[in-house]
Amino acid sequence: MISSSFYLILSATLFTIGVVGVLTRRNAVVVLMCIELMLNSANLTFVAFSRYLSSMAGQVFVLMAVAVAAAEVAVGLGLIIALYRQKKTADVDDVNILKW
Amino acid sequence: MEMVLFFIFAAIAVVGALGGVLARQSDHSALFLLLNFVALAAIYVTLNAPFLAAVQVIVYAGAIVVMFLFVVMMLNVAHRERPETRPAQRYAGLALGGLFLVGLIYVVASHPQLPPELTRSDNVAEVGKALFTEYLLPFELAGLLLLIGVVGAVVLGKREI
Repeated sequence: MISSSFYLILSATLFTIGVVGVLTRRNAVVVLMCIELMLNSANLTFVAFSRYLSSMAGQVFVLMAVAVAAAEVAVGLGLIIALYRQKKTADVDDVNILKW
Repeated sequence: MEMVLFFIFAAIAVVGALGGVLARQSDHSALFLLLNFVALAAIYVTLNAPFLAAVQVIVYAGAIVVMFLFVVMMLNVAHRERPETRPAQRYAGLALGGLFLVGLIYVVASHPQLPPELTRSDNVAEVGKALFTEYLLPFELAGLLLLIGVVGAVVLGKREI
């Protein structure tokens, strides 16, 4: 049997890869994919703790997180398509009208 | 045995995540992401959560990756004139990410490791019982959130916004 730290470190690694992706990539679709990566690593933490604490709350929470992720992707991709229609770009560096 | 399975699927998940971040074309990123999601589903099975593994495959690997691929092919931003990242941005991102990882591993290492608990048998029944008794209100709210998400996506997808 393996201890909980393995799962937590794997989750931390995946989350960090997602963070680096969000910080370095410029394509808005890829940035959204990296956000999904981070959500998934958080889900892994929930499932690991649900197993090691023998509680169902973690798994129920993962179901909620999956629902939120699905809604987020639908709205996020809708935003990217609307953005592309307006400005003919999906590059996050080109969208700086809210930046002073 | 469990250790071997964990390391195999953890390696696949990390490769998928790295490939998703490093791939030059965004459709390749989506396919690497699919690899990561499937590997995580396998890890859920080893964690005695087969129901969530099925949800992971259906929702993430099925619906979400297909939606990403759909948008990538609809926008067709593969041929771009500028490179994907600037060097300064890349180094700053890597440095911040490394710092973040060190912090996370420090937090994990500074807490006691949990011993494995006894496994429960019928996972789907357990999840269903918890979902429809103790967590009924969050479940209904998640349904409402999905409805709002659908309405929002339809409104945002309209031609004139």
